[in-house]
Amino acid sequence: MVNELGFAPWDDPGAAPLIRIERVSKRFGDFAAIDDLTLDIYPREFFALLGPSGCGKTTLMRMLAGFEAPSAGGLVIDGQDMAGVAPNKRAVNMMFQSYALFPHLSVWDNIAFGLKRDRMAKPAIADRVDEMLKLVQLDGFARRKPHQISGGQRQRVALARSLAKAPKLLLLDEPLGALDKKLREETQFELMEIQEQTGTTFVIVTHDQEEAMTVASRVAVMEAGRLVQVDTPDRIYEQPNSVYVADFIGDVNLIEGRVGALGDTVRLDWAEGRSLTGQAGGALTPGAAATLVIRPEKIAIARDEPTEANRVRGKILDIGYLGNLSTYHVALPEGPVVKCSVTNRSRLSRRDFTWDDEVWVSWSDTAGLVLGA
Amino acid sequence: MRGLSVFNIVSLTLGFAFLYIPMVILVVYSFNESKLVTVWAGFSTKWYGEVIRNEAFLDAAWVTVRVAFFSATLATVLGTMAALAMMRRGAFVGRTLFSGMIYAPLVMPEVITGLSLLLLFIAIGLDRGVVTIILAHTTFAMCYVSVVVSSRLVSFDQSLEEAALDLGCTPFQAFWSVTLPIIAPAVIAGWLLAFTLSLDDLVIASFTAGPSATTLPIKIFSSVRLGVSPEINALSTIIIAIVTVGVLVASVVSKRQIAAARRDEVLAARA
Ligand SMILES: Nc1ncnc2c1ncn2[C@@H]1O[C@H](COP(=O)(O)OP(=O)(O)OP(=O)(O)O)[C@@H](O)[C@H]1O
Ligand SMILES: [Mg+2]
Repeated sequence: MVNELGFAPWDDPGAAPLIRIERVSKRFGDFAAIDDLTLDIYPREFFALLGPSGCGKTTLMRMLAGFEAPSAGGLVIDGQDMAGVAPNKRAVNMMFQSYALFPHLSVWDNIAFGLKRDRMAKPAIADRVDEMLKLVQLDGFARRKPHQISGGQRQRVALARSLAKAPKLLLLDEPLGALDKKLREETQFELMEIQEQTGTTFVIVTHDQEEAMTVASRVAVMEAGRLVQVDTPDRIYEQPNSVYVADFIGDVNLIEGRVGALGDTVRLDWAEGRSLTGQAGGALTPGAAATLVIRPEKIAIARDEPTEANRVRGKILDIGYLGNLSTYHVALPEGPVVKCSVTNRSRLSRRDFTWDDEVWVSWSDTAGLVLGA
Repeated sequence: MRGLSVFNIVSLTLGFAFLYIPMVILVVYSFNESKLVTVWAGFSTKWYGEVIRNEAFLDAAWVTVRVAFFSATLATVLGTMAALAMMRRGAFVGRTLFSGMIYAPLVMPEVITGLSLLLLFIAIGLDRGVVTIILAHTTFAMCYVSVVVSSRLVSFDQSLEEAALDLGCTPFQAFWSVTLPIIAPAVIAGWLLAFTLSLDDLVIASFTAGPSATTLPIKIFSSVRLGVSPEINALSTIIIAIVTVGVLVASVVSKRQIAAARRDEVLAARA
């Protein structure tokens, strides 16, 4: 991953961003699809946009590509103000969510389309197209028309077409949604390879947070046209700045209560005479409503009372078997249900626990985060 | 498929009789030896010879074809442009009024269209002739073209054009290399419609034609007023033959294209 090589231009105050989005808003009538959004994206980044449907991801991409003009604010790409710059004059390529393949052209001609506009020599075009076809594993499909291939294949053609011109900035709107898991992982790997080889900056929209975690140098979580958190994948996962982000990324237990004592750790009073401790995830005031956020894999399950700081007793309500993991849903007598996942280490199923067993679930005082409501 | 019931057969026969008996009579009498249209005096093709030697008919036919060709072409260009402007995403001020105004001539009585065009040509001092008929036909055929093309554009995916822009096309290149090929069938259909409308037209042409140029429908209409002659029957039969051949050729060509597309698919599947 890019990160492990110490790639972090966003922490370097001297680094010049490739994309500078400054207080951009986009209104459709009264509705603000993008609401006063400010964001810098740096060269060679693999930037992922995550968020629920309709939060403005595509709109943001369309503004970068030049299909929509911001209602307010400024957009700078590579030092050039993009106001009034036509899409064909931007060193930006976009892969459309709807693919937008040209139905009257073959797969080959679709991929060659952008290269032909560049007045590239014929043999060079042919080489490049063949290279792209190989990359997306569609060698045998060059002569087909888009309606003669499957949805996943179409998606790969769209990807190849947007990659062919080797743009400085590539916008991918849900590029891998229609692929099966294996092909998706291969393509993710390919994308990262391409990114490393060409130094292209990628902005990718995805609904698959695992994908965002795998490929991205940074992840932005959006809600209703605004950014909620922009951070590296590990920080998004381990240090979410709000319940919204914690809940959006991965599986999580949310236990609501009131802030008790503040110290190295925070005490959360969540039921009559019961409290839990966690780390403070932001400014808190005693007595205010707050939520303890704890990931299922950080919770242990045991029959006998453990010694950890946070321990509660409950009854197993449900067991989900996922192959590599089993998830236990433990109902606490106070109301909440706690999810706890355990790696299945041995192949032969030796179930320690079964439905309706009385068990203890426990976690350390630094495993969970207390976030203000 | 089930066989035809008696009811089906009767209705089919009646329908076809209604459509074709007049034409059959016309064709049959075009081979009549006699000069009297309604009296059969034996088989002859002499009237065809007369038609071919009739300079006035040939001139009128040539004018008609030229007018139809040029007005259809002009109407297609203008009508397509109007349709594109109307169907663009995002409303512009007065769009509803505009599109209403484009379609209004469709329901306008031809006599009024013809008369207003005549007044215009007189006002600007344009001598009536081939040019004025072309202009007049362009005017009324262009709304038909824009209706045909707009109905295709409704289902046209705007993101295709955006993708072309994104890949480096200027707006014109995007139109030329992506939009136009995709809507081509509608544009061609629009052209054919404009062409036939122009061939058919009598009313508007009679307002805007001058002594220097007469179209075939005007010519036929004015000769018939002096009495139906077998020569007119022969001429009409020739026109029917040409139209029939045209329709047949068009359908054979389109069948061939479908077959070729199938072959492509099979080839592609094997690759
Ligand atoms: N041309 C438009 N006119 C009016 N509203 C629009 C237009 N385009 C987008 N919107 C609205 O803006 C909001 C954001 O849309 P956008 O397409 O950016 O969502 P998204 O985050 O890409 O969603 P998804 O994940 O479903 O693709 C939506 O509520 C949408 O209805
Ligand atoms: Mg979208």
